[in-house]
Amino acid sequence: MHPGIIFLGVIIGSVLFHIFTPWWWTDIASNWGAMDDTINLTFWIGGGVFILVCLFMVYCVFKFSYKEGRKVEYKPEDHKLEKILTIATTVGVIALLAPGLIVYNNYINTPKNALQVEVNAWQWGWQYRLPGEDGILGTAHVAKISDNNPFGINLDDPNGKDDILIEDDVLHLKTNRPVKILLRSLDVLHNYYVPQFRAKMDAIPGIITYYWFEPNKIGEYEVLCAEYCGVGHYAMRAKVIVESEDNYKSWINEQETFSDLIAKQENNKLKKILIVKNND
Amino acid sequence: MSDEYNQKNVPLEAQSSDTISGTSGTPSKDIDYVRPAELPEQDLYHGHSFITKWIFCQDAKIIGVQYFLTAVFTGIVGLVLSWLMRLQLGYPDLVPFITAEHYYQFVTMHGMIMVVYFLTALFLGGFGNYLIPLMVGARDMVFPYVNMVSFWMFFIAVCVLMASFFVPGGPTGAGWTLYPPQAILPGTPGSNMGIILMLVSLSLFVIGFTMGGLNYIITILQARTRGMTLMRMPLTIWGIFTATALAMLAFPALLVSCIMMTLDKMLETSFFMPTIVQAGEVLDYGGGSPVLFQHLFWFFGHPEVYIVALPAFGIVSDLISVHARKNIFGYRMMVWAIVGIGGLSFFVWAHHMYVSGMNPWFGFFFATTTLIIAVPTALKVYNWIITLFRANIRMNTVMLFCLGFIVTFVNGGITGIFLGNVAVDIPLSDTYFVIAHFHMVMGIAPLMVIMGAVYHWFPLVTGRMLSEKLGKWHFWFTFLGAYSIYFPMHYLGFIGVPRRYFEMYDSPYVASATGLNEFITLAALIVGFSQLIFIYNIVSSLSIGKPAGKNPWKANSLEWLTPEVPPAHGNWGEKLPVIHRWPYDFNVPGAKEDYITQTTPPSEVISAEVEKT
Repeated sequence: MHPGIIFLGVIIGSVLFHIFTPWWWTDIASNWGAMDDTINLTFWIGGGVFILVCLFMVYCVFKFSYKEGRKVEYKPEDHKLEKILTIATTVGVIALLAPGLIVYNNYINTPKNALQVEVNAWQWGWQYRLPGEDGILGTAHVAKISDNNPFGINLDDPNGKDDILIEDDVLHLKTNRPVKILLRSLDVLHNYYVPQFRAKMDAIPGIITYYWFEPNKIGEYEVLCAEYCGVGHYAMRAKVIVESEDNYKSWINEQETFSDLIAKQENNKLKKILIVKNND
Repeated sequence: MSDEYNQKNVPLEAQSSDTISGTSGTPSKDIDYVRPAELPEQDLYHGHSFITKWIFCQDAKIIGVQYFLTAVFTGIVGLVLSWLMRLQLGYPDLVPFITAEHYYQFVTMHGMIMVVYFLTALFLGGFGNYLIPLMVGARDMVFPYVNMVSFWMFFIAVCVLMASFFVPGGPTGAGWTLYPPQAILPGTPGSNMGIILMLVSLSLFVIGFTMGGLNYIITILQARTRGMTLMRMPLTIWGIFTATALAMLAFPALLVSCIMMTLDKMLETSFFMPTIVQAGEVLDYGGGSPVLFQHLFWFFGHPEVYIVALPAFGIVSDLISVHARKNIFGYRMMVWAIVGIGGLSFFVWAHHMYVSGMNPWFGFFFATTTLIIAVPTALKVYNWIITLFRANIRMNTVMLFCLGFIVTFVNGGITGIFLGNVAVDIPLSDTYFVIAHFHMVMGIAPLMVIMGAVYHWFPLVTGRMLSEKLGKWHFWFTFLGAYSIYFPMHYLGFIGVPRRYFEMYDSPYVASATGLNEFITLAALIVGFSQLIFIYNIVSSLSIGKPAGKNPWKANSLEWLTPEVPPAHGNWGEKLPVIHRWPYDFNVPGAKEDYITQTTPPSEVISAEVEKT
């Protein structure tokens, strides 16, 4: 069998696989449809180039297989052809890059009405902090973290008092409201990634990173850590529940604020002192 | 020491040109005139004992083979590690001894071995050492002793690396990128001796490699024979030369990051370590930046991709040209593309870091530079396939590997455009799409070239041909098998399957991929085992292979034109060759044969209508 036939088979097989693949995007549940569109555009242009280049190669292989005395073209250079190919490739590259940069520009500019959610990551788990009534998260530092202050919130910062603390790995979000995820890490790199939302960003100890998205489909989604963080990396899962405004409200009202936590701890301390006194 | 090259005593004038005698007054009118040598030849050290001839050897050809064999050994280790990983991914319960710790150690060692100790050492140390002096017409590297030390440093680096498998805690499991802080914290397997040995081994590798690299560059710049102008060098040499220049500039970034991380680990400095809370305790670090390491690492790491790719580009150009019996199309553009890609490769590193938390505005810059690099790369691809057009293509094993290279490289190059375009990278980064992309483009594609190159140059190195029949079987198993591993793997990335996951549990969108994972594992096992055909072919051909004779492929380039095959120490016998043309004069109109070697003077092929010399 002529080897060209097998190469042709590989190209046709690749195209067929692409058409009939059962493995494709997990359904999108955020505003980042434009990312999918850019990928599809890249598929069309890139896939087209792949097919053309390979088909031309296969054609040459069939047509110009070795024959004693075959007349071979002698043309070391062809400036015109080289120029055309350079320009065509440049145009193709610009056509791919420009939409990509526009989408990226949206990605790094968070809408003003975005809800802030701070994600705290550590080996190997997640917790969340939301701003309270004032809409501002209190400043925090990992060195301040203790049993009584699980997020390391700066006690002198009045903005931190009403922060809502969620010491659990399930995050609730409401639909159709942009969310700005602020990422903090206690120890190593992590990445808060929900495949259905498309967006992701590393959490880095020492600095705060961010990204945003707008969930637009009610449902439960699995969070995966997408930056290798040690031996428990694969088990570092969490959950996001996207729900209606009403459900979200009732959930958030049940959550504890930082001042609640402090008050509870004071109470416990008093209780302990009382118990000790009673025992005396 | 040497007494073989007596002509060094002959005055320089007398050897200025082979055919010039008698017309010394008007040399420029002689069509065969080649500028005289500027320096007299120097003696080579000739080993006499077994040890100086075969072990602590200063002959670049032997050093090349030593590099090659050592690199192949590490590659086999890397291959076995990949099997273990694939077994875990395809059949999680089949091999009970693979724990998460082991899995991450396999991942790390596989990656580091394949990229640095296998591919880099093989292309530059192996092919570079063997081919550079032969292809530029030198007797040896300019610093043979340093060249020998270079190999032995590499050998020690490999020993240190392999030793880390046997230390308490095992080798590091930090991922081949070794990102701090996790690389040196207890949550990562091998975070004590494992990571230290890795950093030491890499440092040794860089030191050894710098010795070799300086040799390659200086030999190419200073020791070319008469008439071998830069624009007459085979593209193999251009690729190796540019890659070595990149390595000289990129490896120092790796070396400093290794040294800094070693200090962070052993002396608790904080180059890369911010304040960290682990298990409720604040560690003694503070003020460092993990992102700084990533910048340093990828400042090395991206040029590293081209350190592997450029020699492959160069070699495949030569293989295609020889076996298609046609000059490489657009030689000058190919040269400038190699140099241009090399230069640009220093301005694209942060495309590995789009979601790393660096300043998001960098994304615009690095996406733009990354996509610019696609242009010269695409031009190279066009020139390869245009070379095939109206050629006379020998469909032998070498050519099959070249064609396999084109298919896999174009495939992997295009997925690179996905990942280089920042908005597209965001959903795909850290998924299996990335794994599939870089294995296709810098795993399989360069491997195709390496294997093609082995089939091509084996006759030169050993004097015997490899079996074509076994070679073809080897090619189809390797090409079809590897393609069916990595092509479908992209689609796992679309689903969102993250990389470096020991186990997926039952995440709904991942469960659908179980069958595909099993298939990929089986394909990986088959591809791995089919390399036994290759090894058998090499070993058996050493003794029963058809004698190759001189220049069996009818190639033009200098390495085939040595007086002895395989070439002896000193390469050229009495007299250095004199070069009259580029190495791609195949099927020149008017010429009697379908090839004109580089040493053929114009007066011998007076009727050939040569355009480019």
